[in-house]
Amino acid sequence: MRKIGKNTIFAMVFLLGLFVGKSQEEKEKPIHDLELELEAEYRYFMDNAQFPGQEDHYPSIAIRPEYTLEWNKGYESINFTGFLRLDRDDKRTHWDIRELYYQKAKNNWELSLGLKKVYWGVAESNHLVDIINQTDAVETFDGEEKLGQPMAQFSYITKNFGTFDFFYLPYHRKRTFAGEEGRLRFGTVIDKDDLGYESGAKEWRQDLAIRWKHYFGIFDLGLSHFYGTGREPLFVFDALGNINAFYPVIHQTGLDLQITHDAFLWKFESIYRNADAQDFIALVAGLEYTFSNIDGNGLDIGLLGEYLFDERDELALTALQNDVFFGSRIAFNDVQDTSILIGGIADLESSSKIFSVEGSRRFGSNWRMELEARIFSAIEPNELILSNFSEDSFLRFTISRFF
Amino acid sequence: MKKYRIFTAAFTAILAISMSYGQSSEERGLQIAKAAEKADEGFGSSIVELKMTLKNKNGQTSERYLTTRTLELTEDGDKSLIVFDSPKDVKGTATLTFTHKVGADDQWLYLPSIKRVKRISSNNKSGPFVGSEFAYEDLSSQEVEKYAYKFLKEDGDMLIVEQDPVDPKSGYTRRVATYNKGKGYRLEKIEFYDRKNALLKTLDYSDYKLYKNKFWRALSLNMVNHQSNKETLLKFSEYNFGSELVDEDFTEVALKRAGR
Repeated sequence: MRKIGKNTIFAMVFLLGLFVGKSQEEKEKPIHDLELELEAEYRYFMDNAQFPGQEDHYPSIAIRPEYTLEWNKGYESINFTGFLRLDRDDKRTHWDIRELYYQKAKNNWELSLGLKKVYWGVAESNHLVDIINQTDAVETFDGEEKLGQPMAQFSYITKNFGTFDFFYLPYHRKRTFAGEEGRLRFGTVIDKDDLGYESGAKEWRQDLAIRWKHYFGIFDLGLSHFYGTGREPLFVFDALGNINAFYPVIHQTGLDLQITHDAFLWKFESIYRNADAQDFIALVAGLEYTFSNIDGNGLDIGLLGEYLFDERDELALTALQNDVFFGSRIAFNDVQDTSILIGGIADLESSSKIFSVEGSRRFGSNWRMELEARIFSAIEPNELILSNFSEDSFLRFTISRFF
Repeated sequence: MKKYRIFTAAFTAILAISMSYGQSSEERGLQIAKAAEKADEGFGSSIVELKMTLKNKNGQTSERYLTTRTLELTEDGDKSLIVFDSPKDVKGTATLTFTHKVGADDQWLYLPSIKRVKRISSNNKSGPFVGSEFAYEDLSSQEVEKYAYKFLKEDGDMLIVEQDPVDPKSGYTRRVATYNKGKGYRLEKIEFYDRKNALLKTLDYSDYKLYKNKFWRALSLNMVNHQSNKETLLKFSEYNFGSELVDEDFTEVALKRAGR
């Protein structure tokens, strides 16, 4: 918590300086927008806990305030998104500033300064090239929730050569792991402060990233390179079986490609990561095909298939070293935006499987309900990472009210 | 200038006469569609906010608020950026569409919760737009090349033209459009016939307003589905033609900025 505070101050100073400098030029009235989401969540773990201290029932609440101040016809703005969760697991009880940044766009460039979230990639089952933000690992199992990252981002749009994004990332944020009372953790409780850095500058190592994104007809292509402290900790096991975990300094080159042809989306993502203690490639390749408006009433059924490979083998934190993912996305396109995503990941070398169902639906105009189930099935005891979660199949229900 | 106008009027009259006597109904239909396109040429770009009211057969309603930015292109189809302002759970969801006169449109979807931009297939033309009675194809830029035409009849200033979608993925066998010749060939009504050639929907344009003395914009569009008895009403705020949007306002970077 103390470290997040430091981030905040860092970003605030940045913002304040710019805001004060700019405010004199304003002519039109700025537009304010404040939104608030209150969420009640209940997670129920069906199987008896594998490790002492873990619970079965986790009621929880979360708050997400959002504030936007916009002027200069929307070409300049200050954006804030906060987050707070209260949970039985004291490590899952956490708060974060997801975003707090100043943005200015002019002609063919855009500049963002502050804490921000950035997403790269095209695949559904694994997000390999997406590296700018640290994962909020206690928040969701799919890893799609991210922590705010302090950055200066400069986007440059060219007429014929696509868009170039330059990132200066002055501060690294560690991943939080579930606490003693939490599920989806290892046998040993990992405190994030136990993990060190390879870099002597620790969290203040000044990192850089660049991305090029372009589209040619049906092709959408992205190329990226990141040089800095990795977002994934590296676990090294010595001869005695002791774990040494730290955040290595990495070079990571990423490629993402999507070909959109008729109702087919062909997807490919690959990374090459290089560090003193590590050198590997990983990829995900697959497709999505949608049968649309099947009943003449808007029912869409999408079929998803992806192959996942990771050269790290069993050390891959994602546990997706040689796996296939199958899924189906069902969208009713009704007034309530009802949608369901069913999926399963199967290990091609063992019996381990993870099944999931996610559904959501709006009620009235300000309520939304979500249902999620994840089932860990026939997890092989020798799986280094997944074996820790073998008893952690769960149901999750949330209801949100938007103000 | 006045001379020019008189000339234009005379030319149009001659054209009209020659059209009614010397042309096939296909040629005349196409002529009208082109005249409508010509009449709307030169608007440059626009920004408009709209309220979409969905009404089910029991009369229960739900609302969505959207902002649409459009950039006119003449060599190819227009570009558009649509952002959802409500319902609040989808606020910030946005789409960027590059319409093409020939071939499939390019379309990107922005999901604000995870900040993801996803290129999506524009194959699903016939599906409903956010649960409304408008299909995606009803809301996309109406390029002349997307239909084959057949002039049906003339009723005072009203010209009634059948439009057959070129794309086999369209949900319609045909549309019957009513153009108002006296008001810059603006559309007054479209009837949509489904794949079985049964009347499916009627779209009525009303509350027309003339901008820059040239561009007619209906501030109210009402779509009635005769088969499901559901309705969707679009109410537009004032059009802003003065924003002078450019290509850079219709990029992935701009899509993310618009959705936030």
